[in-house]
Amino acid sequence: MADVAIPRAKPQMSEDSAWTQLKHNRNWLGFWFMVPAMAFLIFFLAYPLGLGIWLSFTDTRIGRVGHFVATENYEWLWDDSIFWLSVFNTLLYTFVASALKFAIGLYLALLLNENMPFKAMLRAMVLIPFIVPTVLSALAFWWIFDSQFSIISWSLKHLGLIDQNINFLGDTTWARICVIFANIWRGVPFVAITLLAGLQTVSPSLYEAATLDGATRWQNFRYITYPLLTPIIAVVMTFSVLFTFTDFQLIWAMTRGGPVNATHLMATLSYQRAIIAGQLGEGAAISSAMIPFLLAAIMVSWFGLQRRKWQQGENND
Amino acid sequence: MTDLPASKVDLKSVMSAPARVDNSEGMSYLQSVPRRIVTLYLPLTIIVVVLLFPFYWMALTSVKPDDQLLDLDRYNPFWTWNPTFKHFHKLLFESYYPHWLWNTMYVAICATVLSIIASVLAAYAIVRLRYKGANLVGGLIFLAYLVPPSILFIPLATVVFQYGLFDSPLALILTYPTILIPFSTWLLMGYFKTIPFELEECALIDGASRWQILIKIVLPLAIPGLISAFIFCFTLCWNEFIYALTFLQSTSNKTVPVAIVNEFVDGDIYRWGSLMAGALAGSLPLVILYAFFVEHYVSAMTGAVKE
Repeated sequence: MADVAIPRAKPQMSEDSAWTQLKHNRNWLGFWFMVPAMAFLIFFLAYPLGLGIWLSFTDTRIGRVGHFVATENYEWLWDDSIFWLSVFNTLLYTFVASALKFAIGLYLALLLNENMPFKAMLRAMVLIPFIVPTVLSALAFWWIFDSQFSIISWSLKHLGLIDQNINFLGDTTWARICVIFANIWRGVPFVAITLLAGLQTVSPSLYEAATLDGATRWQNFRYITYPLLTPIIAVVMTFSVLFTFTDFQLIWAMTRGGPVNATHLMATLSYQRAIIAGQLGEGAAISSAMIPFLLAAIMVSWFGLQRRKWQQGENND
Repeated sequence: MTDLPASKVDLKSVMSAPARVDNSEGMSYLQSVPRRIVTLYLPLTIIVVVLLFPFYWMALTSVKPDDQLLDLDRYNPFWTWNPTFKHFHKLLFESYYPHWLWNTMYVAICATVLSIIASVLAAYAIVRLRYKGANLVGGLIFLAYLVPPSILFIPLATVVFQYGLFDSPLALILTYPTILIPFSTWLLMGYFKTIPFELEECALIDGASRWQILIKIVLPLAIPGLISAFIFCFTLCWNEFIYALTFLQSTSNKTVPVAIVNEFVDGDIYRWGSLMAGALAGSLPLVILYAFFVEHYVSAMTGAVKE
């Protein structure tokens, strides 16, 4: 076997035809392996991303090729009170929902980390809101928050707390509360389960040692759990903020931006302007306006990741 | 170890100590039973009830007769004694629902399979071939994960139109991988890293090509990761809304989430039963899939975040 293999290997080394190079050179091989994924990402992600920014500088409409109009779309938006309302709504929605998702999610993760019967089943059940398609659960919320037949209004009336039905999705304040609540409801399982995974990597002996030293439960949390969990919190919250900020389907299924634009987010407004009203250029300008916020979120995520690697003493592998 | 903390807690915690014997771990014996009820079971119950109530409500509404749905005074709204399958019947035989279900399934499976194939190749190349610039490409793919569909749908709509894919399932099958590939590539990179290098080195010495190594050694060892990626991608496809809403026009081509929102929501005051039946029927396949693969699902979700 060996004396057959050696003479064969030698001429290959010296000749190295173009074909064998394509087949064996690891850079070329890597390139071939990357082709399918890269094709998808370039044609349907990178190119549209650039095209979107270009579109935002044109007056394209559906069915009509646009011309370059410089920053006209943005100037138009600058004076558009509905646009600013949607920015305000988006920031409010993102901030309140993310903060509460984090607080409740962390609390739920700590609860689920305790020892109790049916632990595995509970954890599985908690994740169900995350599995079910957002639109479908949003429809359930739409029905729960119905103006006439809401089960919440019914229960409160029978408890004697209110006299009249609450107009959940018809009143601006209530509508905001409702969509934020639905968003939190959907996001908490994700935050809780990922943080729980982080919690499980914390060695119990740390808590035992601290308890022997007389640490209270709060001190256990503050000085052991929290610092060890920080990196994963950074990543989870970046994702959470990112997806809350660009949320579309929950709002679209529940309120479509109403009442009087009180729940319009930037994503829903851009859909309305671009697809329904046909002003692709203006819609693209609105969605491009989300990019700076997005970049900020990505920076945070990146530094969160770096810090995690550094904390755990990993190399960059 | 037990002596010192026990001196600080009351008798009850000592009484609850037997519980430690069967499912004991850690320091839960330090807490008394009433304290555990207030700090653990009560809040947990409240949260779980709130998280699951909408599904109960969805299921209940879908089997309630119409008159009970709207008459909250004569009937207790929290239960029904005469469930009906009228709404499901209407859904299955008087609407396009089976069509929509089939469309969703078809799009989800095609897009998932495409993405998994592309991701396996990409992840293997990044982790094991380590070609020039592999780390950079890995970072770029992570960035791609952070680009949300709400920014891309407008330009993508024009792209889809230019390629003549508008209103065809192919539009979704080709665009969904942009959401799925970054995620599953990162997940699979994590799995591939755990497979020992030595196995591949042995195979290389025995004369296996990279392709053979991938098919015969790496993939069989990464099956749990593949299942995780597959399930998670499938769920993401099923859940996707904005692309399906933008790229599809005709009623019979729609996917379940879009169709329910657009076709079922009319002025009819009695629509709620069939609406909720549709929502329930659209969620059940995913919940069943999830029930069988909880572990894989969780590892997919946490794996992609942890990497």
